[in-house]
Amino acid sequence: MKAKVHFREVLNNGTGYYGLLALLGAIVLVGLGAAFYMEHNGHFVTGMNNQIVWGTPHVFAVFLIVAASGALNVASIGSVFGIPLYKPLAPLSGLLAIALLAGGLAVLVLDLGHPDRLIVAMTYYNFKSIFAWNVMLYTGFMAVVVVYLWMMMERKMNKFTKPAGFFAFIWRLALTTGTGSIFGFIVAREAYDAAIMAPMFVIMSFSFGLAIYILVLMASFKWTDRVLGDKILYRLKNLLGVFIGAVLYFVLAFHLTGLYAAEHQTVERFILLDGGIYTKLFWIGQILIGSLVPLAMIYHPTLGKSRSSIGWACALVILGGMAQMYVIIIGGQAFPLVLFPGLDVSSSFNDGVVASYAPKLPEFLLGIGGFAIAMLMVTIAVKVLRFLPESLADAIVDPHSASDANNVAKKAA
Amino acid sequence: MTHKSEIDSSRRQFLNGSAIAAGLAIAPGVMLHQVANAKPADQAVSSDKRWGMLIDTNKCSKGCDACVRGCQTENGWGENETKSNPDQLAQWIRKVEVRDTSTGFSNSLPLMCQHCEHPPCVDVCPTGASFKRADGIVLVDKHICIGCRYCMMACPYKARSFIHEDLHDQLPTAPRGKGTVESCTLCVHRVDKDGDNAIPACAEACNAEGHEAFVFGDLKNPNSRISQELAKHGGTQIRADLGLNVGIRYRGI
Repeated sequence: MKAKVHFREVLNNGTGYYGLLALLGAIVLVGLGAAFYMEHNGHFVTGMNNQIVWGTPHVFAVFLIVAASGALNVASIGSVFGIPLYKPLAPLSGLLAIALLAGGLAVLVLDLGHPDRLIVAMTYYNFKSIFAWNVMLYTGFMAVVVVYLWMMMERKMNKFTKPAGFFAFIWRLALTTGTGSIFGFIVAREAYDAAIMAPMFVIMSFSFGLAIYILVLMASFKWTDRVLGDKILYRLKNLLGVFIGAVLYFVLAFHLTGLYAAEHQTVERFILLDGGIYTKLFWIGQILIGSLVPLAMIYHPTLGKSRSSIGWACALVILGGMAQMYVIIIGGQAFPLVLFPGLDVSSSFNDGVVASYAPKLPEFLLGIGGFAIAMLMVTIAVKVLRFLPESLADAIVDPHSASDANNVAKKAA
Repeated sequence: MTHKSEIDSSRRQFLNGSAIAAGLAIAPGVMLHQVANAKPADQAVSSDKRWGMLIDTNKCSKGCDACVRGCQTENGWGENETKSNPDQLAQWIRKVEVRDTSTGFSNSLPLMCQHCEHPPCVDVCPTGASFKRADGIVLVDKHICIGCRYCMMACPYKARSFIHEDLHDQLPTAPRGKGTVESCTLCVHRVDKDGDNAIPACAEACNAEGHEAFVFGDLKNPNSRISQELAKHGGTQIRADLGLNVGIRYRGI
């Protein structure tokens, strides 16, 4: 007889909960304040300029949006691929997906030159623009996941969970494809203009989203005194390892293609060898700290079983993901446009030279505010609705394996 | 199942509190629809014409920036932006020095919006603020530009600038504004006023210096001077490999 997983709101009204709420709220306010400061004065107070037109806020925003679709994967594995172990994890997965997307979109919108014209972006459409597709993909994603959550959490609607989950899964693939295509479709810039950008963003989302999911799961269970069994945690961290490896594979394929074609060798040399901060962020941030170290931690025989090192591995994946976004978004713009292939150019407008960019504090605060918006939404939602299982102890999530094996062993004895 | 009968009143209070807070937060946004009345002006232009320019770099003098200064005066950029750093200042037109390192040959040319037939900036603009007129002039509708800068990412010529600060005393012929993107308009106000006889400010300034490197005109009219010059001597497109079929052609590069 399989034990049933019960879901329960966060009932603890202690100072810990409200302290967290206050802290996140304060960070959100600081982020909004930073956005107001930049909007009121104009972008001259940021590090952005006419060369680096998308700065640190975009690094945060795109990271959060990519991670959002990835956070939904845990639910998809349960309802689309029918793995029972993942089903109790699904409501939090859907919630996190919505929250991360909201955080990312907030940053993206607040960094516009005219955030006050958001309504224009929703009423005037140029259907050839990937941005316009994304406006629909992002808002649609929220609606689709809300419906999916409803099917999941309302017992009467449970029979529709699978089709809703399948639809949400397809939608999330489209969404991340759209995000990757923002860069993949830019023919003007050497560092972009590659079809592999879209699938690479999809696989990046798997990794970043799962890393955030595991951290939120561990924190929420620890802070609400719920049991998170090793079985489910090890399954998740092993899956994260696979995703980290998959991202590395796509990064390798992307750069190998670039290195092979003489046309792209200059930009590859810039990112991989002599790009200063971008080269350092690539090798040290993205590859070493963000991929190889967490991989080693996850699969290490003892570290891989320690909760703190699993948590650290997830945090490193997130940091590495931010570094990767920085290299793609800022590094890709820093490399000069090729106006006359094979010839040297110079001008008063930084033609032919690597563009300089130094992020300013308000940009960073706005980005952190986006993370805080996502976490604030999750913190509120888990108190209001039953997103979190009461327990994910090994015996509950998978009674057939360990406990059954013990029973069989006992009987045999 | 004892926990079902417990009534958790703190949860209800929490919900009420959250609802009020959310309402207060959303209210200002709901009022924002009032600013959305901006509507692009109707443009009564015809696709019978396609405006373009031919620039002879052999006549363009190194170190001369008369065209740049002419454009600045005509359109009012580069003078009243006091807070932006040099990398943030708008440049509608700039002089670019091109050098072949293998031969040492170099020349100098003005670069501005190339007024593509297939403009990437227009493709990527989410709201349609970046648009191409029927007569081939690529413009930004400042009323519906949300300042996303995607057009700047997409332009292969780096022809566009973002306004990083509040502007005052703008010229009526060239509206500009903080948080929007702008670029060469091919002096559209002159074109609309004078048609075939129009001459953009850059070309006018170049002529005044005696260089006469610019020829402005209708690419679709075989009798226009620009068409005849192109037929006789040809012209090159910058980054012709991108297939954008630009309206600005060069000779001598």
